[in-house]
Amino acid sequence: MSPRDVYVLGGNRIPFVRSGGKYLKASNQDMLTAAIDGLVSRHDLSGERLGEVAAGAVIKHARDFNLTRESVLGSHLSPQTPAYDVQQACGTGLEATILVANKIALGQVDSAIAGGTDTTSDAPLAINDDLRRTLMMVNYAKTPQQRLKALTKIRPGQFAPEQPKNAEPRTGLAMGDHQAITTKEWGISREAQDELAALSHQNLAAAYGRGFFDDLVTPYLGVSKDNNLRPDSTPEKLAKLKPVFGKGEGATMTAGNSTPLTDGASVVLLGSADWAQERKLTPLARFVDGETAAVDYVHGGEGLLMAPPYAIARLLQRNGLTLQDFEFYEFHEAFASTVLCHLAAMESPEFCKERLGLDEPLGSVDRSKLNVNGSSLAAGHPFAATGGRIVASLAKMLHEKGSGRGLISICAAGGQGVVAILEAV
Amino acid sequence: MADGYSNFVNKNPLGKKLAGQFGLPKPPVLRRYEPGQELTTGPVAIGSFDGGKVASALIDIVESSGAVVVDATPEATYEKGSLGAAVYDATGLRTIDDLEILRATLAPAVKALGKNARVLIIGTPPAEQDRPEAAATQQALEGIMRSIGKELLRGATANLIWLSGDAFDEPEVLASPVRFFLSSRSAYVGGQPLRVGKAVVPQVADWRAPLQGEVAVVTGAARGIGAKIAEVFARQGAAVIVVDIPAAGESLSKVANKIGGVALQLDITAPDAGQKIAEAVARKGDKLAAIVHNAGITRDKLFVNDDAARWGSVIAVNIKAEMAINATLLDPALPGGLKDGGRIIGVASTSGIGGNRGQANYAASKAGVMGLVRAEAPELAPRQITINAIAPGFIETEMTAKIPLATREVGRRINALMQGGQPVDVAEAIAFLAEPGSAGVTGQVLRVCGHSQLGA
Repeated sequence: MSPRDVYVLGGNRIPFVRSGGKYLKASNQDMLTAAIDGLVSRHDLSGERLGEVAAGAVIKHARDFNLTRESVLGSHLSPQTPAYDVQQACGTGLEATILVANKIALGQVDSAIAGGTDTTSDAPLAINDDLRRTLMMVNYAKTPQQRLKALTKIRPGQFAPEQPKNAEPRTGLAMGDHQAITTKEWGISREAQDELAALSHQNLAAAYGRGFFDDLVTPYLGVSKDNNLRPDSTPEKLAKLKPVFGKGEGATMTAGNSTPLTDGASVVLLGSADWAQERKLTPLARFVDGETAAVDYVHGGEGLLMAPPYAIARLLQRNGLTLQDFEFYEFHEAFASTVLCHLAAMESPEFCKERLGLDEPLGSVDRSKLNVNGSSLAAGHPFAATGGRIVASLAKMLHEKGSGRGLISICAAGGQGVVAILEAV
Repeated sequence: MADGYSNFVNKNPLGKKLAGQFGLPKPPVLRRYEPGQELTTGPVAIGSFDGGKVASALIDIVESSGAVVVDATPEATYEKGSLGAAVYDATGLRTIDDLEILRATLAPAVKALGKNARVLIIGTPPAEQDRPEAAATQQALEGIMRSIGKELLRGATANLIWLSGDAFDEPEVLASPVRFFLSSRSAYVGGQPLRVGKAVVPQVADWRAPLQGEVAVVTGAARGIGAKIAEVFARQGAAVIVVDIPAAGESLSKVANKIGGVALQLDITAPDAGQKIAEAVARKGDKLAAIVHNAGITRDKLFVNDDAARWGSVIAVNIKAEMAINATLLDPALPGGLKDGGRIIGVASTSGIGGNRGQANYAASKAGVMGLVRAEAPELAPRQITINAIAPGFIETEMTAKIPLATREVGRRINALMQGGQPVDVAEAIAFLAEPGSAGVTGQVLRVCGHSQLGA
């Protein structure tokens, strides 16, 4: 069967909430279920069997081995809807979207939900590795004597839990520290970062004000708006914050121009044209194509979060487009400087020639088309939930505009980047 | 979910004893509708004056609903507490002396009523009479009905239908109203006169699920009465679109998923609210069969202390939004708009009839809803669209739970049933008005107040 068109038909997310807040007692499964149920109620899907649901979480408990399927079973979708977990760090939600879109394109399924959820409030605490190994030995002991011998190896120090770390396993550096190095390399100023951050807050506040999120967000646990949002944010206020990443004089990254740890979940509904028509659902945008890239940040070849320009270059080339052929750009703001580094890299003739192998630089992005309804800095960034938030919002923006394309770019841990193109219908 | 006092005097052994010793009021436990339930709790005694204009139609309606009919005459005898209802066709009464025949026929039947039984009198509108005595006689029916209603015990209620003379030959307009008043769906409706006029009544395959295949919209549906309306509409077969403000989206979504409906997060005061509703309807079907304007807010303040902001917000949500949305949905060319034969139901309040201290703004909006339906009904009649309002009395909701105890107890007890109503009671009455069979009911305000003294 030849590929067919795939459409984004709607989306839903719960408000994103700073970790340690109102979602403290909500698990990943709770939040993903709530996000799915909101989507179900908005699109009349109660009791429906969909082609599949693909979603995931970056930080998962051992008990969440089948997180997405369990969430489907807890939702109002038909229990006959199959589901599977995906995990590609912060790219999870968008990667899940690409996966289900591909299946729809191939005719393997007619409809699907893609999404993601994450909570750093309900993060798993692993027991100390030493204690764990000792307990395993107790478990496998064949005789009482062996068991007793194994138990005597337990020491008080082993009861301290493993501390969850927000660090790259291969470098031991936190993501912010990695980005601080890249920020310095590209010479991104503090002012430019604060300006981007303030604009993100102002744009998100304005979008809420005009009811843009009325059909994209369903309140959860009494929260009806992203609580990281600071509508009165200005570069002047942000300039007062102390740097938290990087060291010494040149440190520019603060809590204000970096995205805080956040809890939340998001999902998007995709389908074929026929399926949408049968259900009288309005296609918001066509899913055109997606691309994923990875860079060697371990051996110093590239910055940890610099994969998106590589992915964008390949995606544009494959689709015969230039970077300027877009009405909207949705660049995930892991840090304000990440976005600014990507923009600088794509403008740089050296980077584009030497790293991307292009004759001409990709060029500039019209900044008035960038993250026009706010992005991660203001909304927050529950890792796997970010893709679903962006896909649904961009699809709606394109539908409102009635024409044009949108480019999504998401950087991810492990030196990866996931990007995609949507087109108005 | 009866109130604490009712539970105490009805269920607690000490409460029962105390109530008996001191003659405390014992609020009856009302029979409420469950699918598959019989129309009445026992046989229906039907009597008439001078053969009646619609007596045979009444017998057909009751018998086709599965109940047993017995002939009510002054000589008839009944077993005590056996009857499920007493119905009297008084459409032929023209002189004051005729009322004695009604008394002689109806009294023995009323005396034999069982628990949760019904009294229903069918008259004809006094205003249609050409002689003053005939008008007086028909008007007398209201006084009789209301008085009987206050004498009835154990959950029984009395109501009156005034059937237009031009509908005597096509009495199918009576079927839905009679079934409603005789059934447990009208558990908390008492002492009410309802005018039924001539109308084209569409064929309905199943009168127990009369909204099958239809699309209905309920605003303010995230909780309380609105959520219950949505549930009852779903039970009646409708595909329901539930609407509430985005901030209430969490519970709205739960309501929608519970009944297999659609959640629409929408501020009804937004300029494009009607358009958004129509778009949602068009995704479910071609046209809208019924819209219930249930969304409402209170911003209580003494009239002399009220301000423009508070006053304006109550007016904007409770009546202006309703008018604007109706105007949009009544465009016959609009996909997802209200269909010919459609139903508009506003939610008023007995506060809009009797007024309430500190509620001038609220009462203004709710009285406005009543004025609106009365004025708009004749305009919509050519398209067979009906528009009515429900005026709830004291209903047990989160809102009334916040009323101070003493005031709340007065509100609860000062009605013929000595208790507050449940949200489902309001929902049932609204669903009745939304039925295709209620085509003859328009421009009316039906109170769901347990035959309350307030706002009488």
